[in-house]
Amino acid sequence: MTEHIHCDVAIVGGGIVGGSAALFLREMGFSVTLLERDWCGAKASGVNFGGVRRQGRPLEQLPLSQRAHAIWGRLPELLGTDAEYIRSGHLKLARSEADLDSLIAYKERSAGFGLDLEIIAGDAFRRRFPALGDRAVGGSLCPEDGHANPRLVSPAFARAAAARGAIVREQTPVDRVSRDGDRFVLVSGDALEVRARVLLNTAGAWSHRIATAFDEPVPLESLHPNMAVTEPLPRFLDVNIGVEGGGVYGRQVPRGNMVVGGGRGFALDPDRARPQRDAVLTLMRDAAELFPQIAKAHVIRCWTGVEGYTPDRNPIIGPSRTTPNLFHAFGFSGAGFQIGPAVGEALAELVRDGRSTAPLDAFRIDRFPPTP
Amino acid sequence: MTRALSPVIVGAGPAGIRAAEALVAAGLRPVLIDEAARGGGQIYRQPPDGGFTRPKTALYGTEAAKADAVHRALDRIRDRVDYRPRTLVWNCERGALDLLCDGVTDTIPYGPLILATGATDRVLPFPGWTLPGVFTLGGSQVALKFQGCAIGRRVAFLGTGPLLYLVACQYLKAGVEVAGVFDTTPQTVQARALPGMLRDPATLAKGLALVGWLRLHGVPVHHGIRPIAVEGEGRVRALRVRHGAGEIAVECDAVAFGLGLRSETQLADLAGCAFRFDPMDRAWLPVRDTAGRTSVPGLYIAGDGGGIAGADAAELAGERAARAALEDAGLPVDAARVAWLDRRLARVAAFRRALNAAFPFPQDWAATIPDDLMLCRCEGVSAGTLRGVGQRGEAREINRAKALTRVGMGRCQGRVCGAAAAELLAGALGVGPDAVGRLRAQPPIKPLPITATPVQEATP
Ligand SMILES: Cc1cc2nc3c(=O)[nH]c(=O)nc-3n(C[C@H](O)[C@H](O)[C@H](O)COP(=O)(O)OP(=O)(O)OC[C@H]3O[C@@H](n4cnc5c(N)ncnc54)[C@H](O)[C@@H]3O)c2cc1C
Ligand SMILES: Cc1cc2nc3c(=O)[nH]c(=O)nc-3n(C[C@H](O)[C@H](O)[C@H](O)COP(=O)(O)OP(=O)(O)OC[C@H]3O[C@@H](n4cnc5c(N)ncnc54)[C@H](O)[C@@H]3O)c2cc1C
Repeated sequence: MTEHIHCDVAIVGGGIVGGSAALFLREMGFSVTLLERDWCGAKASGVNFGGVRRQGRPLEQLPLSQRAHAIWGRLPELLGTDAEYIRSGHLKLARSEADLDSLIAYKERSAGFGLDLEIIAGDAFRRRFPALGDRAVGGSLCPEDGHANPRLVSPAFARAAAARGAIVREQTPVDRVSRDGDRFVLVSGDALEVRARVLLNTAGAWSHRIATAFDEPVPLESLHPNMAVTEPLPRFLDVNIGVEGGGVYGRQVPRGNMVVGGGRGFALDPDRARPQRDAVLTLMRDAAELFPQIAKAHVIRCWTGVEGYTPDRNPIIGPSRTTPNLFHAFGFSGAGFQIGPAVGEALAELVRDGRSTAPLDAFRIDRFPPTP
Repeated sequence: MTRALSPVIVGAGPAGIRAAEALVAAGLRPVLIDEAARGGGQIYRQPPDGGFTRPKTALYGTEAAKADAVHRALDRIRDRVDYRPRTLVWNCERGALDLLCDGVTDTIPYGPLILATGATDRVLPFPGWTLPGVFTLGGSQVALKFQGCAIGRRVAFLGTGPLLYLVACQYLKAGVEVAGVFDTTPQTVQARALPGMLRDPATLAKGLALVGWLRLHGVPVHHGIRPIAVEGEGRVRALRVRHGAGEIAVECDAVAFGLGLRSETQLADLAGCAFRFDPMDRAWLPVRDTAGRTSVPGLYIAGDGGGIAGADAAELAGERAARAALEDAGLPVDAARVAWLDRRLARVAAFRRALNAAFPFPQDWAATIPDDLMLCRCEGVSAGTLRGVGQRGEAREINRAKALTRVGMGRCQGRVCGAAAAELLAGALGVGPDAVGRLRAQPPIKPLPITATPVQEATP
């Protein structure tokens, strides 16, 4: 027996983007059905590093990122949990004068977006961040950036949407999507058929499959950031740490475990990935060099996830170029956790108004030529 | 073909050693890896070199001859295997294993791979289980045999499984006062299981002798009990159990407890083996045929690491898996020997079923665990926290429960708390433990020091 659901908006994918879109659409009064193949927030949104950071993003992302910042500030009200979100500050380290110069340049370019970056160097730096000793010549602090527990935040968005009346179906893969007149038809096995006026494609690293179904193939590549966590250690760090030029990054969670990231894992198949041995060993060495406090600790767990990357590392957000009432939001290229909730909000605006108050031009799908 | 074969065996217990022996006999030079400093595995674990001079009869009791045979088997082939003691396998990735020895990591390819990783104690929490002085049965035995020290002066034994009586006897023999044996299985259930165990009269006789010997020495043996609590402030003072409608309390300064064993399956998981739920072991185990072949070509599992069957079965299964590996590689095998091994293994399996009937897992225990009790010590997760995500419908599966509560995320990666977590979640959902799935393995399977250095960089 196939179950039939009719609704205003169908959403494919219950990550932080699809989950928050469902939540904001419900607040606007639309009927919403969200279909998630796995558990909501179990993929990239639930396994990422947990960095809630605006600093360092390309300028075109900053308006969205600022809006996300405001949403993150309302988490307890929206989700009923703080999900271990703390505005600890995000400190980007400069290991050379040249790196410090590029941090200063970023501060100047991003002035006016409200990041309130503060460049700290030399003695002032060492006094302010004694734990980081002489690992860096200075850094750029974004005082209101921070970190959160992705395993808690991301499922909570879908849960909050469900609590406000969205139909959320987990363990429900969308196997086929098509258009029938002015309706989208989504089919999951022979169990479920959803008909909706609007379709949101928030299927993460698998979104190109939905796009392709509407003759809109996109260049999306799956990559797998490598993560490791130590056993709990005495607190020595509260800020979320990145390094100019990339490499290793780290944060100490409230329990004392140090979470570090760097390098890439490998794909087991299109749906699953594993950390890669050499990346793990390199990450451990780099992390111990950056944070001498963890040198005597053990790594107790490593992991990675499946994330969709675009050629220019900016996401695709906005209307389809082939199909009316289809909206895409994917390809966050390793940085969609922080802006995810604002993307969900922007999608809801697109559904309601046909446009978003956030500038999305840089994320148009037609910036990529149609790939065959 | 033969030259291309570079077999690797993980685990130098009875299964791994017999597998190595069979491969050596076929002219191969397997790599044999074990975390322990000396061969023998759990039951035939050897004391550290030097210092300890207790004879094997004292260490292994009735199993001394078998222990000696297994140790000698390893000694005999030692120069024909690439034996790597004190070496942890911490990852299995795309046809190669990652090793850690003395702080140095190394990667070796395999083909074929025999996993003989054995088992560890299965436990469920009960009030007081985190008090100093509460040990697992296996841990208590290791302390006695190899650190030469008892876990207390007056020890109570609690739980189920053959080890319960065995370790109690070993303690009594070592001169420790045994405050009582508290078996979760009712005597009527054990009596019903007796006929089945007649398949292996020698082992049955040994078991009955243990119980008789305990009673002869005035040790109270109670059946059909459930723990109420271990009591004490900062240290065990007493054990209280429910017995029928009543209650029994004994004074003791230590408690050894365990509910049978659980297989070490993380490497099989990382290697990509398919798993299925085994109702007898009440656990998810790698799918394997009677010869030990898994769903992954070239990957075999032998001994307790693929399902609990005991040390004798482990020896047979080790040899059987090695012969399967040879056969699959197109090498000649002795068909008569294989048929003999298969018959013996079938008989052991039947006995194992009977043993399981005599020492069933206490399925109602988990439901009695109070909500405020610590379930996952590494991450500080209480039973109630885990039940909550089930009851609120937030987690219907164990990895999801792990993501939401941190259960099984800590140092032990769920090797200690995993069984209990599955039981509790299943209980909260009103389903069986099979329905909540199994914790996915993640590297490193045991904690890896940050300073671990790749071998290329470590050698000057
Ligand atoms: C290891 C790692 C570390 C990261 N670190 C950070 C960080 O520190 N900060 C940051 O901002 N970003 C980070 N990111 C990126 C961030 O996690 C992602 O950009 C973001 O979570 C993307 O959210 P999403 O909802 O688009 O995708 P996802 O969370 O992947 O959600 C997509 C969902 O769609 C479902 N789905 C797919 N196809 C179907 C189908 N056919 N039917 C039904 N459901 C389907 C999937 O199961 C999945 O749950 C990291 C990513 C990874 C992998
Ligand atoms: C603590 C304990 C005490 C026991 N005592 C008794 C007893 O007294 N009498 C009895 O009949 N049975 C006893 N048993 C059961 C008995 O040990 C097993 O039936 C038997 O040892 C199984 O043999 P095996 O070769 O399958 O595994 P094991 O003997 O357990 O050997 C497995 C070996 O693999 C190694 N290993 C596992 N994982 C890795 C890894 N990742 N890297 C490197 N090495 C690894 C271990 O160090 C171990 O040496 C005991 C079990 C335990 C856990």
